[in-house]
Formats: sequence, C-alpha cells, structure tokens
Amino acid sequence: MLKVYVCLLLLVATRIAGAFEVFACEPEWGALLKELGGDNLQVAVGTSALQDVHVIEAKPSLIAKVRRADLIVCSGADLEIGWLPQLIRQAGNPKVASGPGYFLASDQITTLEKPTSLDRSEGDIHPQGNPHFQLDPYRVLAVAKALAARLAELDTAHAADYQKRLADFSTRWQAAIKAWEAKAAPLKGRKVVVHHLSWIYLEQWLGMEQIGALEPKPGVPPTSGHLASLVDLTKNSHAFAILRAAYQDPKPGDWLAEQTGVPAVTLPFTVGGDDKAKDLFGLFDSTIDKLLAVAK
Amino acid sequence: MSKAIVTAVAAALLSASLSAVAADETSLQALDARIRALEAQGQNLREQAAAALAAADAARAELEKLKATMQATQQAQATAAVSAPRENSTPNPGGANGNAFNPAIAVILNGDYAHHSLNPDSYVHAGFPSLGGSGPQGLSLGESEVSFAANVDDKFYGQFTISYHDDNGKVGTDIEEAYIDTLALPQGFSVRAGRFFSNIGYLNSHHAHTDNFVDRPLAYQAFLEDQYGDDGAQVRWVAPLDLFLELGGEAFRGENFPTAGANHSGVGAHTLFAHAGGDVGTENSWLAGVSMLKASTTGADDGFSGDNTLYLADATWKWAPNGNTKDGGVTLRSEYFVDRRHGTYSAPADAAIDLTDPLPDQPWIGTRRGAYLESVYRINRTWDVGYRFDKLWAGAGNPFATGFDPVRHSLELTWRNSEFSFFRVQYSHDDPLHGVADNAFYLQYDVSLGAHGAHKF
Repeated sequence: MLKVYVCLLLLVATRIAGAFEVFACEPEWGALLKELGGDNLQVAVGTSALQDVHVIEAKPSLIAKVRRADLIVCSGADLEIGWLPQLIRQAGNPKVASGPGYFLASDQITTLEKPTSLDRSEGDIHPQGNPHFQLDPYRVLAVAKALAARLAELDTAHAADYQKRLADFSTRWQAAIKAWEAKAAPLKGRKVVVHHLSWIYLEQWLGMEQIGALEPKPGVPPTSGHLASLVDLTKNSHAFAILRAAYQDPKPGDWLAEQTGVPAVTLPFTVGGDDKAKDLFGLFDSTIDKLLAVAK
Repeated sequence: MSKAIVTAVAAALLSASLSAVAADETSLQALDARIRALEAQGQNLREQAAAALAAADAARAELEKLKATMQATQQAQATAAVSAPRENSTPNPGGANGNAFNPAIAVILNGDYAHHSLNPDSYVHAGFPSLGGSGPQGLSLGESEVSFAANVDDKFYGQFTISYHDDNGKVGTDIEEAYIDTLALPQGFSVRAGRFFSNIGYLNSHHAHTDNFVDRPLAYQAFLEDQYGDDGAQVRWVAPLDLFLELGGEAFRGENFPTAGANHSGVGAHTLFAHAGGDVGTENSWLAGVSMLKASTTGADDGFSGDNTLYLADATWKWAPNGNTKDGGVTLRSEYFVDRRHGTYSAPADAAIDLTDPLPDQPWIGTRRGAYLESVYRINRTWDVGYRFDKLWAGAGNPFATGFDPVRHSLELTWRNSEFSFFRVQYSHDDPLHGVADNAFYLQYDVSLGAHGAHKF
C-alpha cells in the first residue's frame, strides 16, 4: 500500500505545473474559453453535446477535473444543480468553491422565463429562469466580455492577451451576427414545435414562434397522449419544424413528424453536436443552415 | 422763312438725334455693367453651388458615419440588454428578510410494505445475529428524513439530518448526521467533524434513499447494521491527478455498531479509506476502493467485546450510451467484507432470553466474510430493473456459526416519475439457515421534497 502511495505522490510531483486550468461544465463554454484563452489555458470540458446536462452524475473523473481547476465556468441558473455542488464539495478545491474562481454565465446575463410561482408539479422548472441561453449570440458576447475580464483578473500574467483576444473575438462575432441575421431573415415569424423548452433564446433572436413542446412539462419525458394532442396543433398552425437537441431521444419527434409531415430537425444545440459545430461559429452556422434547409 | 424753318427742324432733328446717340451710349454702358454684375453673380452662384455640394457630401459622409456608430451601439445595447444588472443583484438590501439565509431544506419520505414467508423478527442468518435487517412485516414507514444544509461562512459548510426510522420495531427519531465540513483548506484537503456516516466502502456513506434495492445488502446488515455512523472527525485528501484519487482517515467515538463502549477515552474506532475512479472512453465510468475500520469494542449489539477489524473492498462500474446514465445503461457494483475478531461473546445486557442464542462468555476469535454483487439495467429514464446476489460466510470460531453460509437473491423493478419520486417492487429469496427459506415481497415509495439534492456517483 505504501508503495502505491509513494508512486502516486511522485506522479503528483511530476505533473506539469503552471498552466492555468479551467473546468467548463458545458462544451459551449469550453469553446468560448478556447476563443478567449488559446494556449494560455488548459481547458477540461465536463460534458458533451450528446449528454443531457440536467442529469449528469458527479462522476469521479469530474471530481478530479474540478480538483485541479483554477476556474470553473458553467451555465448556472440551476442547470447543473444535480451534480456541480457535489463535485465542488468532493473536490476540496477552495479556489473554485466560491469567489472569482466560480464563474456562472447566468450571472452575467438576464435570463428569460423566470417562473412567477415555484411548484414541482410544473415539472423541472428553474427558479432563476431558462438556463439554455447559449444560442443567443448577444448573450454569448456578454458572457465573453465578463469571462475575459475574469480570466484577466485571475491569470494576470496574460491579462493583456485576454483583452486582445476578446477584442478580436468581438469583431469576428459581431460580423458573424450580422451575417446570421441576414441569412436567417426567412425564419422570422415561422412556427416551431420543440422537444424540451431549450430554444427560447434562439426563437427570440430569430423571431420564430414556439407553439408547443413534446415534453408535457419541462423534464418530463414525452407521453403518447401528449404527443397525440400535438398532431392537430402542429398541422393547423403550419409549424415548419420540430426541434430537438443532438442528445435528445429522436423517437417522439420522429413520430410527430410522421403524423404531421412537419420535419423533425436535430440541431447541434452546443459545440460538438454535429460535424459542423466544431466551434461557436460553426454551432450557429450549422443551426441556421439546418433550419433554413427545412424552412423552404 | 422756309429756310429758317428747315434749319430749325434740322437743328431740332440733329439735336434730337444727337441726344439720342448720347442716350444710347449711357444705356449701353449700363447694360455692360449689368452684364458684368450678372456674370459676377453667376460666378458667385457657381461657387456657392459647389460649396453647397461639398457641404452635402460632407453631410452624407457624416450620416454614414453616424449610421455605422448607431449600428454598433445597437449591437452593444443588445448585448447590454441581456447582461445582468449588477447593481440589482443584492436582494432585500438592509437584510429586511430574515429568511434569506435559511439553509436548503430537503425532505425524504419513504415507506414500504413487506411480506415475508418467515417472520422477520425471529429468523437469523447462520453465523450472524439478527441485526438491522429488512424492517418489519407489513406496512411501515421507512427511513424518512429532514435535512438542512448551507454554507456557514466562507470557511465552513454545515449539514444536519434528522431521521425517523423503524429498526425492527424500535422506532424513533435519530440525529442521523450533524457535521461541519471545511471549505477553505488548500491542496485538496478537507476536514469533517461531528456525527456522520463513515466514508468506508461504497454504500456506507450513501443515504439509503439512493440505493438500488429496498434494503441494504446482507453484508451491510450483518457487519454494519446497515450503515456505520458515529461521532468523530475525518481528514480527506483528493490528489491533483487526471485520475480521481481520495485518501483519508477517520477517528470515531466508537459507540455505534460494529463497535461499542467508546473505548480509549472516547476514541474507540479508526478508519482508513482510499478510493480511485475515472472514465474509460465516454461511456464507461468506474470507482473502486479499499478501506478498513479498526475498533476496540465493549459490549456491541451482537454481544462481542474485544478487538475487531473490518476490511472492505468496493468496485462500481457504470456503462451508459454516450454517458447518459439516467437514460439507459448498466451499473455493476460489488463489495467484499472481511471481519476479523479477537475477543469474547457475552449476551447483550438488554437481550431477551432466547434459547437459540449461543452460550455466553465464550471466546469469539475468527474471521467472517460477506459479499454482494448487484447489477441494475436502466431501461430508460422511467424504468430500471436489477438483480442482487448476497452471500455471507460465518467462518469458524464464531459463537453463532452453524456451518451454513446464508445466500440471498433479490430482483427489483423501479418506476420513476421524475428525479424526485420512485416506486419499487422487490422480490427476495433468502436461505438464512440450513433448510430454511424466506420469500419476501416488498413495495416501496420514495420521494424527495424541497431542495434539489446533488447525489454522489
């Protein structure tokens, strides 16, 4: 046993020290950190686009990542409430338990759909509003600005570099927003059915209208009765697409598509959700292209 | 006369024509001046027009510039509009609301129905006295608890859990856990003090409502009376590695089973534990550990006094498509117990006279073992089904030993409406003694109210 301990201690000692380590709960913040930090940061992303971030388990590998982090970057608004507090409590890393090392994107922006009353009979509702705001480029920009400032504050050696990279990212991002808005103009006023209520920010940005959700209540899996009730609504209101994220079960959406002839579209939802969504720019490119492809 | 008239006329005409010529000259001069003036005016106008044109051009440029900046500010405003107002982030300034800092409150409600073909109050497992166990026959309230938790300040976290439980007919409320954790120790260290469940093994530190089966494995029932918790202190260290590795130790009062008597001036039990874990690809995760509990015991619930050491090895493997463990996949878990005892047996002071009990005041020197293996298949977010195999080895030198080793098989099916509620049915076939079998059927509900719990792996 002692031998094992000694070996492990040696391992600890030989670890490369110095790099500023960041733990990102979701791939979109991992991608943003790459834009803002480049090689200055060693980024570990806790989840993938094929996982439902509401219900991640506090896995040992994640505890190890949080243990080593100098900063953690997460969506917040209780999205990670089922696992992040457990990771922090088990990791024993005071740098990220609170204070500047604990960065929640939701603290940097205003959220939509803040419930006026809280009752779990309404499903898995988030008291701090809808936490799926990564598909609003303006909010992403607001988070980027706050995050660059935080990186500069914590990793002072590269402070100037973070500001420079932010300026560069902002310029490219604002140009991209213009292009996306022009390209997505035909989507304005179009109606969609969604799987989970995770598209409100995208809808608001592009002017799309949500007429229904496959989940009867947030976080409650679609039931056949509820799906059946959506058939007429989807047909009569001329919805152009049924939206779901890459991680969501395709069966309910496919069923409704078959019944109504309205195509079901799997959007990447976050970075890594499809082949094109390799970074934040690719995420928006792919999302808009996939929507336009069925908008006709 | 006529000559004079002609001359006069001629003179008049001449003068008239002369004056006409003079008049013509003046008007010509005037015209010329006017033309010059007009020309000057025209030049002036041209110059003015050019100036106006230049001004218009300048204005247009200015406008373009304005438009560009306006677009930029619009975008900035759009960003600003979605940025959180920092000023308003402190609710109730002045601390008007006294409840604002209330701890997170979580309530677990749990109840079950059990039907055993053997009376659970009277049957024992060969080599193991009847301890803990699967609760009474019929309807009963299971472990229902209220838990309060919050950060105390910047350096400490506190948790307080009161539970109601029914321990084979002994009902009552317990302070299940009441501890503080450090939040600010550097280098991966943390310290816990108070009453808490030991971090030995896998299930021991987990609350029963997160278990996959209605009751604890036989080994937990036999060696730890379901779960070992006591008053004590814990030091834990997490290594800064890619691999999860935690090492730690605990000192306990030594009042609760498997120890008793609070020996060594109230520090009667010690533990050591090591857990490691990680991922294999994106779909597999594992956690494994070894731990030991060493105690000096006087008058334990099973009548043992002396030195006892319990060794545990635990291993958990989870596989799930894309790592979505809540939507499908398989969990495999096994724990192995070795219990070494060196002491004596004497009947517990409060024990009812039972002729099946061993003779008192005999030595208890020997090794007992126990193990379980469980596998749970998560069909989808709503359903899971599981099988568990339990085995105990009484060994020799144990006053309860009969030469028979108990075995149990359990099957469970769970339906979850949400993360906050589940219903479970379980069937267990138990062979506690040679030639004796118990078939048990359980129904269980388990719900959680209030604060959203964050569960361990």
